[in-house]
Amino acid sequence: MPDINEMKETILKYVINEYAEEDDDVNFDTPLISGGLVDSFSMVSLKRFLEVKYKISIPDERATPEAFNNVTKITNLVLEFL
Amino acid sequence: MSNIGSYDDRLKNFSWSIAEQELGYKPGDTINIGWYCTDRICQLGKADKTALIWEGRDEDNMRKYTFNDLRILSNTFGAFLRSLGVHDGDRVCLFMDKVPELYIGFLGILKIGAVAQPLFSAFGDESLYVRLENAGTKAIITTRKHASKVQKILDKLPNLEHIIVVDDEGKKALKEKEIAFSLDKATPVKHFDVCPTKAESHSLLHYTSGTTGQPKGVKHVHYSLISQYLTSKWVLDLLDDDIYWCTADPGWVTGTSYGIIGPWSLGITQCVKDSGFSAETWYRFIEKHKISMWYSAPTAIRSLMKAGDEVVKQFDLSSLRHLASVGEPLNAEAVIWSDKVIGKPFHDTYWQTETGSIMITNFPGMKIRPGSMGKAFPGLTSAILDADTYEPITAVNKPGLIAFRFDWPARLRTYWNNQETFDKKFKNGWYITGDRSTIDKDGYFWFIGRDDDVINTGGHLVSPFEVESALLEHEAVAESAVVAKPDEVNMEVVKAFVTLKPGFVASDELELEIMNFIRKKLSPLAMPQEIEYMDLLPKTRSGKIMRRVLHAKEWGEEIGDISTLEND
Repeated sequence: MPDINEMKETILKYVINEYAEEDDDVNFDTPLISGGLVDSFSMVSLKRFLEVKYKISIPDERATPEAFNNVTKITNLVLEFL
Repeated sequence: MSNIGSYDDRLKNFSWSIAEQELGYKPGDTINIGWYCTDRICQLGKADKTALIWEGRDEDNMRKYTFNDLRILSNTFGAFLRSLGVHDGDRVCLFMDKVPELYIGFLGILKIGAVAQPLFSAFGDESLYVRLENAGTKAIITTRKHASKVQKILDKLPNLEHIIVVDDEGKKALKEKEIAFSLDKATPVKHFDVCPTKAESHSLLHYTSGTTGQPKGVKHVHYSLISQYLTSKWVLDLLDDDIYWCTADPGWVTGTSYGIIGPWSLGITQCVKDSGFSAETWYRFIEKHKISMWYSAPTAIRSLMKAGDEVVKQFDLSSLRHLASVGEPLNAEAVIWSDKVIGKPFHDTYWQTETGSIMITNFPGMKIRPGSMGKAFPGLTSAILDADTYEPITAVNKPGLIAFRFDWPARLRTYWNNQETFDKKFKNGWYITGDRSTIDKDGYFWFIGRDDDVINTGGHLVSPFEVESALLEHEAVAESAVVAKPDEVNMEVVKAFVTLKPGFVASDELELEIMNFIRKKLSPLAMPQEIEYMDLLPKTRSGKIMRRVLHAKEWGEEIGDISTLEND
């Protein structure tokens, strides 16, 4: 089982690098989907990242805007499928 | 009783002069959309009425503007643009999230007779570049967050003279061609000489995608107001005391025709929420602001359906009086669901960037046929044409091309710098929409699909050509083909088929890399949601990739004639 804090940091770093614009302040609890940082189309690439990085498969019905709305929730979702 | 009253009576007695008279416009008069949406409403005694209720991502971040605020602030924006040397006819791009400056800037641009060119803020630098380059854009209005994308392509845009940053806080030095402008700090301009534009003066340039070639700039004029005013009144059924919410982004035509021009020319209060989607956030927004008229999109409605019925019960949505939808066909299930769960059915509306205003719809007061687009707006001559002869089909329920006689006020006037493509839109005197449908015995249209390869994803058109070209710029991709793939929520999403260059190996990591490459270069909408690696792409003997073979595979359809297939 990977270290949860390390996983959160990895996911946060990926979100910042891939989706944040200049001056966006993103932390573990920043609303990503409802906050407009990651749209529903981009969410597909974020899901794919998690699947590739952690060698898991997240069913589409679990990949909801609510489950992807911040890094903490995403980490919890990944942990379910490890 | 709805605003339109009896549809049949309107058909018999229709003339666009109804709108002209209500707006106090006579042919040959000055007509300026910016003035009609602000100054005229103030002159009608509604200066202190709320025009805009804006809410940011954080719901406590809220601002309100009266029509007099809009009038003065759009004057102020216009005066600033004039001070920079922006003149009538110059193209001015709006490139930002749904912040108040977007709406006010839009009106300010129109007031000086310049041409507003709104672009979706999620566009990547390549998508931004081709549209600014094509338009010869003189100035771009943006926010600090998005200015970096402009800086990346600035060297290739010799016509771009000004990058106006509306939220610069002075923390960092301004970069090349950047100029800070704050509506809060600028001296308010109470009296302003609005440019005396005429009916055919260029107002707006919206970009839309086609099957081949680069995106097309759709040229609209100030006279479009006539259609947008009357359709807002008769189709959206807007009433003076309504609180209206159009969820569309003004980067797309719905966000300007019905997110700015239509409602404000009627003096209606509208709400804007600048945030991403979440069912709870949206329902809370309706409850909090007592939204009475809601204009949204099938993708959003299907996402709300997916979120479940229980969440709806947590909110008081009783303020809702009328609901409408636009962007892609509204499936019957969504209409039935909203009627059952929200208590009102969504009314489908059909139109395009090119038409500028609603063309076919389920009118308020008329019985909805779930799954149908409805009937044509009064004053329009519509038909379903045979795809070979371009003659009207008289038989009911027989598929054909949706077409209109080209004579309504909001029609496009041409494609910017692309008259040749514009001319191809006409056959036998009909404007061909590129969409297919049937008409039933009662005159209701039933959508079938596009007549070309353009992908309609979440109500936005994506050009397969544009994505294929961008894919070829990735170092690993040798060949590419892009088609629509069915999707439960977005109706269609982008799927790419690629062959790889020697030395590159197919992998999940590479797929993710290519997806992100397209997302950043073009936009999240254009990003393939799936990439399939192929050894060979299906081609004709002359080497042309046969997209339709791949499309048929995705949709489980018959492949059809493949006698010209090279590698079968």
